[in-house]
Amino acid sequence: MKRTLAVLIENKPGALARIVGLFHQRGYNIDSLNVAPVFDGSYSRMTVTTRGTENVVEQITKQINKLIDVIKVSDLTEGSHHEIEYVLIKLFNKQFNQTFKRKLKNLEFQVIEQDNSIVVLGITGSSASVDSFLKALNNKSFIEVSRSGCMGMHKSEKHLTI
Amino acid sequence: MKFSGGDLLMRALKEEGVKHIFGYPGGAALHIYDALFKQKQIQHILVRHEQGATHAADGYARATGKAGVVLVTSGPGATNAVTGLATAFMDSVPLIVISGQVQSHLIGTDSFQETDMIGISRPIVKHSYIINRAEDIPKIVQEAFYIATSGRPGPVVIDIPKDKTDPNKKFEYKKPKHISIRSYKPKIEPHPGQIKKAARALLSSERPVIYAGGGVVLGNASKELIALNKLVKAPVTNTLMGLGSYPAKDKLFLGMLGMHGTYEANMAMHHADLILAIGARFDDRITNTPALFAPNAKIIHIDVDPASISKIINADIPIVGQVKESLGALIKEIKKSKIKIDSEAVDHWVSQIKEWRAQHGLNHEMWKGAKKSNKILPQVVVQELYQATNGDAWVTSDVGQHQMFVAQYYKFNKPRRWVNSGGLGTMGFGLPAAMGVKFAYPKDEVVCVTGEGSIQMCIQELSTCLQYGIPIKIVNINNQALGMVKQWQDMIYDKRHSASTYQNSLPDFVKLAEAYGHVGFKVTKQEELAKVFKKAFALKHKLVFIDVYVDPSEHVYPMLVAPNGSMKDMWIAKDKKA
Repeated sequence: MKRTLAVLIENKPGALARIVGLFHQRGYNIDSLNVAPVFDGSYSRMTVTTRGTENVVEQITKQINKLIDVIKVSDLTEGSHHEIEYVLIKLFNKQFNQTFKRKLKNLEFQVIEQDNSIVVLGITGSSASVDSFLKALNNKSFIEVSRSGCMGMHKSEKHLTI
Repeated sequence: MKFSGGDLLMRALKEEGVKHIFGYPGGAALHIYDALFKQKQIQHILVRHEQGATHAADGYARATGKAGVVLVTSGPGATNAVTGLATAFMDSVPLIVISGQVQSHLIGTDSFQETDMIGISRPIVKHSYIINRAEDIPKIVQEAFYIATSGRPGPVVIDIPKDKTDPNKKFEYKKPKHISIRSYKPKIEPHPGQIKKAARALLSSERPVIYAGGGVVLGNASKELIALNKLVKAPVTNTLMGLGSYPAKDKLFLGMLGMHGTYEANMAMHHADLILAIGARFDDRITNTPALFAPNAKIIHIDVDPASISKIINADIPIVGQVKESLGALIKEIKKSKIKIDSEAVDHWVSQIKEWRAQHGLNHEMWKGAKKSNKILPQVVVQELYQATNGDAWVTSDVGQHQMFVAQYYKFNKPRRWVNSGGLGTMGFGLPAAMGVKFAYPKDEVVCVTGEGSIQMCIQELSTCLQYGIPIKIVNINNQALGMVKQWQDMIYDKRHSASTYQNSLPDFVKLAEAYGHVGFKVTKQEELAKVFKKAFALKHKLVFIDVYVDPSEHVYPMLVAPNGSMKDMWIAKDKKA
C-alpha cells in the first residue's frame, strides 16, 4: 500500500543522495519526493511517498533513521494527516477550454501567467485528485506539466519538529 | 600556534589515540604524508596495495575494539580501499578511511586521479565527510571516530581535497569540548518493560537457546553473556562472527550454527521453545528458509540497531539497546524474579541436545587417529593447529572451506581472537588482517589460516611483513582448488568444476615465501604436521608460510539443505541427509 513518510534531515551536501541511494540499495521505490530547507535553513524537510507492506515500510523507516544526517522520520500514514501537492501546467489558450475547466472542478487553481498565446496554471490538490486530473488529460490537452510531489503533515496537534 | 591542514589532521588523530596508520601515498595525499613524516607518535605502515591497508586496519580494529585508520590517495587509491570498506561495513567494524582528493577547484572536471569517493563509498559506510574548510578538520576527525565506534560501529570516510592540507595555509587548532550531533544519539537504554517481559519469557521456557552473534564481541559483552548463563544454564550457540564470545570449552556450548553449523546447534534452534538472540541478525546463512525457521520458538532479540530487529524474523520481545547494558539489566531482572526456570525440563532439553551431538556431532578427535593416512584432512590441520597453539592464538582467516573448518574446529574461548570476514566474505582478508592484529598485539601468536585461492588475492603483503618484521604464521590449507566453489559444483552442478581449478599453475609457495625473505615449509603427510607446526612456532621472529597439501575432495559438513529447507534439514556427509 501507499505510504507517506516525512523526514527531517540536516541540510548538508550529499544528505539527499544518502536518502535516495538508500531506497535504491535496499530495493525500495520512491513514488514522489519533495524536499526543501525549512526554518533556519540548517535542516530540510522532505516528504517521500513509497509503497510496501507494513513490514517493508517499518524497515524503510528504520533504515532512514539510521542515516547519520537524518534527525527524525515519521510515517504519516500511521495516523490522519494532510497530503497536498502543487502542479504547474502550461497550455495554449485554445486548450484552456470548457472541457479542460470541467476537469479542474475538484481542484483549486490560479492563473499564474496568461498572454495571447499561453496560460500557466498553478493547481493545488491532494495527490490522488492531481493524479486523476492528469489521467483525464492526454498529451494534446497541454504543453508541459511539473509536479511538486506530495507534501505531508500530521493532522491536528501531532507534529514533527526537531 | 597555527597549523597546516595536514598538521591539524595529525594532531586530531593523536588526540583520538591513534598509534598506527595503514596506508599508501600518492599525489593528492602528499601534503598529509609530509605532515606524517614530521611527527613521531604515529607509525605509518606502508602496505603494497590499498586493499591490504583496509584489511590490516580492520584486523587491528577487530582485535582491539578501537578504530583502525587507513590513509590513501585519491582515484585508484580510494577505489582500491572500497572492498575493505565494504568488508568492515558488513561486519560493523570501526574504521576511519582518510582519502586524499584532488584540489577543490578541480573537483568535477575529470582531473587526474579524480574519483567521487563520497559517492562510490556511500552505500558501504556508516557515514562520510568531505573537508570543505581546513579549520574543520579537528572537529570532523573527532566526530568521525565517535560515529565509527559508537552504537552499531562501522566505517567512516573522510575525503580531503589536497588544497585543504596546503602546508602554507595555517589555522588555529579548534574543536568542541563535547561532541553533540543532533541527528545521532546512539546511546539507547533498554526499555525496562521489555527487559521484564524477556526475563519472564526466558524463565518460563523449557527448551531455551541463546543465539549470540558478533554484537556480543563488538559490544564487549562476553562477561555479561557468561554471567547471564550462569543463571539460566541454557545451551549457547554462536554465529560465525560471535565465536569466542562464549567459551567453546563450556559444556553448554553448541558450536557455531547456520549453514555449516553443528548438527546439534541447528537442531536445537529448530526445536527450541525460546530463542534469545543477542547481537545477531538472523541473516540468510543462519535461518535457512525464514518461513520454516524455529516454528515453535518465542523470540527475544537484543540489538543496538533497531533496523536489525524484525528485519527477517519477527521478534516477539524486541529489546533495542547496547548489548552490555541490556544483558546487565536482564541479569538484574532475573535475579530478582520470583519465577524459577524449570531446571528439570532444561536438563532434559540439554540431554536431548547431547543425543544429537552423539549422533552427528563434529569429531574433534580426528587428529588422533589416521596419523598414517597419506591424504591430510583439512579438519585435522585445524585440530593440529589448535594443539600447537594451545587454542590461544589470534586466528585470522580468508574465505571458503578453510574458514568454515576453523570456525568448526578451532575452539575459541575468548572474544576477538577470531578475525574473519563474515558478512562480505572477502577473499584476501586474512593476511593483511593478521598484520593488523600483530601490530596490536606484537607479543602474541597470530596465525592466518588461508587457502591457496584466498592467499593469492593479497599475497603482495608478504613484502610489507618483511619491511616491518611481522612474524605471523600462515597456514595455507592447500586443496589445489577453490574448494567451496568446487563443493557447490560437486553438490549442485553434477561435478562440473567450472573455473574452480588451476590446472597445475599454482606457485611453489615455499619458494615464494623465501623470495619475500620469509621461511616456507611444505607438508604433504599427516605425520609431519605436528612437527612442522612445532618448528614453525619455534621461529619466533620469522614469518613462516606453512603450505599444507590436503585432500582436495573433502567437503564442509554439516550443510543446511537449500532451497526450501529448515534448520533441521542438513547434509551431514556427501551421501547422507539428516
